[in-house]
Amino acid sequence: MEKLSRIFGRIVQAVPPVFGVILITFLLTRALPGDPAVFFAGLMADEDTIAQIRAELGLDHSLPVQFLYYLRDLLHGDLGNSLSTGRPVLTELMSRLPASLELTLAGLLLSMAIAIPLGVLAATRPGSWVDHLCRVLVTAGVSLPTFFTGLFLIYIFYYLLGWAPSPLGRLDFLYLSPPQVTGFYSIDAALAGDWEVFWASLRQMILPAITLSLFALAPIARMTRAAMLAALSGEYVRTARANGLGGARVIWVYAFRNAALPVLTTLGMVFSFLLGANVLVEKVFSWPGIGSYAIGALVASDYAAVQGFVLCMALLFVVVNLFIDVVLTLIDPRIGLES
Amino acid sequence: MTPLLKVENLSIAFRTRNGEVTALHDVSFEVGAGEVVGVVGESGSGKSVSAYTTIGLLDQAGRVAGGSVSYDGKPLLGQQRPLRGREISMIFQNPRAALNPIMTVGQQLSDVLKRHALAGRTDAKSKAIDLLRQVQINDPEERYNAYPFELSGGMCQRVMIALALACSPRLLIADEPTTGLDVTTQKTTMDLMRELTRARGMSVVLITHDLGMAAEYCDRIVVMEKGRVVESAPVRQLFTAPRHPYTQKLIAASPGPDSRLEDLTRGQLEAPAKITPTPQNRPGPDRLLEVVNLVKEFPRRGTGFFGRKPAPFRAVDGISFELRRGESLGLVGESGCGKSTTSSIIARLQDATSGSVIFDGHDILHHPAQRFAKMPQRGQVQMVFQDSHDSLDPRWSAADVIAQPLRRIMGMKDAGELSRRTAMLAEMVGLPGELLSRYPHQLSGGQKARVNIARAIATDPLLLILDEPTSALDVSVQAVVLQLLDRLRRELGMSYIFVSHDLNVVRLLCERTIVMNRGKIVEEGSAEQVLHAPRDPYTQKLVAAIPHFEPEKLRVS
Repeated sequence: MEKLSRIFGRIVQAVPPVFGVILITFLLTRALPGDPAVFFAGLMADEDTIAQIRAELGLDHSLPVQFLYYLRDLLHGDLGNSLSTGRPVLTELMSRLPASLELTLAGLLLSMAIAIPLGVLAATRPGSWVDHLCRVLVTAGVSLPTFFTGLFLIYIFYYLLGWAPSPLGRLDFLYLSPPQVTGFYSIDAALAGDWEVFWASLRQMILPAITLSLFALAPIARMTRAAMLAALSGEYVRTARANGLGGARVIWVYAFRNAALPVLTTLGMVFSFLLGANVLVEKVFSWPGIGSYAIGALVASDYAAVQGFVLCMALLFVVVNLFIDVVLTLIDPRIGLES
Repeated sequence: MTPLLKVENLSIAFRTRNGEVTALHDVSFEVGAGEVVGVVGESGSGKSVSAYTTIGLLDQAGRVAGGSVSYDGKPLLGQQRPLRGREISMIFQNPRAALNPIMTVGQQLSDVLKRHALAGRTDAKSKAIDLLRQVQINDPEERYNAYPFELSGGMCQRVMIALALACSPRLLIADEPTTGLDVTTQKTTMDLMRELTRARGMSVVLITHDLGMAAEYCDRIVVMEKGRVVESAPVRQLFTAPRHPYTQKLIAASPGPDSRLEDLTRGQLEAPAKITPTPQNRPGPDRLLEVVNLVKEFPRRGTGFFGRKPAPFRAVDGISFELRRGESLGLVGESGCGKSTTSSIIARLQDATSGSVIFDGHDILHHPAQRFAKMPQRGQVQMVFQDSHDSLDPRWSAADVIAQPLRRIMGMKDAGELSRRTAMLAEMVGLPGELLSRYPHQLSGGQKARVNIARAIATDPLLLILDEPTSALDVSVQAVVLQLLDRLRRELGMSYIFVSHDLNVVRLLCERTIVMNRGKIVEEGSAEQVLHAPRDPYTQKLVAAIPHFEPEKLRVS
């Protein structure tokens, strides 16, 4: 009961940041140079047409009134129409978001699967070859920018070796996309029982996912190693050992569960970074996600689309960190009781 | 009969950046079946290292350089793993940190029981609850689901004892089990441990720096100094006829209820400083400080959004007392009794809720604590804090620390004048001049205490508030620091408020003592009277809990 109220309290705490994000995206797009009404009207429009369009867009009102209109539209799920395509921004984002999420999650899971065991092994055997390997990977991951690793991987595995499929989107043109359920091609294909498409979508995902995971590997492995080292030298681990508890139980139940707290916090941040890094990786691999959409929108000064993208990313940040905090609250009984 | 534990010529070396350092030299001692052996010594004596080697939890940098340890007649070193918990177990100091913070105490107990196949999935909980009951934890069914942070320090230590005794080992190693606990909690914890281990016929190795506790709870005592065993004897013999000079020094330095200040160093008083400051003639009322009806409340955490606020917690509950010029007053009580809050209000580091503190004729509570640093009275009321290491800035040399109040409060600017005055202060507190350029980590505990005292007396204060200034020091260092403080007070004509949990120490330094409990003064009187003829039931309990080692009071065993 107490836990539930704490989780509820944490969700309530997420409301102000969301409101702040909405306000900032609104103000930012209004502060951008250029008059959207002029854009919409086109080159040949006269003063009257522009004024008419301005009134249509609600731009003749004062800023606070515009903001209220904006809020009302948001509540109705209306993010405005894209300038370049003319379609509603929400529809476009929603069709592209699953592609980005699928890639990001794949990259994150891959890096967790490598980084966490690596960090734990490095911490339990400091100074060994695992520890050194961990250090090398961390340094490489931090120092290599994602667009470089992406191009490098394409060069080796597609161009030289020919192992990877061509880096052009989520699925080779030979296949039809699976019926949409979750929007994740791999999951949808598996649900439909279409294993050929399933493997094809995985093959397409391997290189970009590796690129992202190399980037995410460094902070996760480093944090896991540090947190495990701290936990293993903790007094409660010593107590567990003194009472005869064995190696695996001490490492995984006593040390790792405590070490998981800072690692989880890091995961939240890494996920947010990945969403950002996605923008470049999607461009390199022609991935039809919201990142490449945002770049296109930015180049075309498509303000509704940019605004929608920023809002969407910010909401994802908030939701992910909220999720992590709720998980932390469930693991750590002390959270929320200090002071 | 072979002893249960036999340590023979054990040497331990540690790898450090400056090559190998030998921490133990040829240490030998034995623990018989059912025997309680105390290992006593000051910090760095190697008492913990020998214990950790025995149970096989020595730091990775340490290595056995020679000698052997045998348990029950069989070699033990390298073989401890299967014996831990089942044959040998250990309890540690700082019990709250020594328990897993995110697991309930019940789960931790069940884990140990299951590990040693003493309980299965079905009966682990009932057996764990039974263990909690054995260590006299109230409502064990409810406490089974408690996390360590929800329990008091004393309760956590009982859980630790339950963990250690879960599998009925034959040897228990207790490493400073009650350091940091209040005296009364210390007594109940130690009594409980004695009762449980005796009932099981267990052997105990009790590692402690507290001679009184070793005397009270051990059959035999091993005294260690700098990695060597200097003396090993039955309790009675050790305290009545100590043979080794170090043992004699240690016994003399431990303040007992009848010892005098000069006894602590066996009459060898520290050479007084060459500079004898002339006591200033300080006119003013004889009553230096008057505390009237002082109250300090702390808000409690609210319940929900619109729920009624709970009544605030009264840390200091309307206390009044006086301090004469040149007098030394002890403020005694257990943790949470409000003694530290009171002292920091008088030092004007905290604001009071109500009441007044009249210092040298002026009510200093009129000025908020934040502004007091700029007031002329700041230099008149100074403080020496509890932790002499943490209260020094790690990036400041000793000279910087001492010169700071001269600069900020006395407004001294001239570099020559500053360094002359700093050197003089160092001399007054017996800090060798060549140490002035050192940083805190390069100084010993006693030297850091001296730096703190020099800093506090730099502004020539009328009132010095000492908050447990010696509680982290080894007894032999404490003895010297206490003598220094006593000499400085007489020479400089200061008044002291000495905050401490240790009545024996307070009696050495203070003429009058106030005993506090739950924010109120429960007893006031001369230090002698409070210690020897306490009137209030709480004071009586407090005095009875102090472990003693006077030969005449030792139990015959």
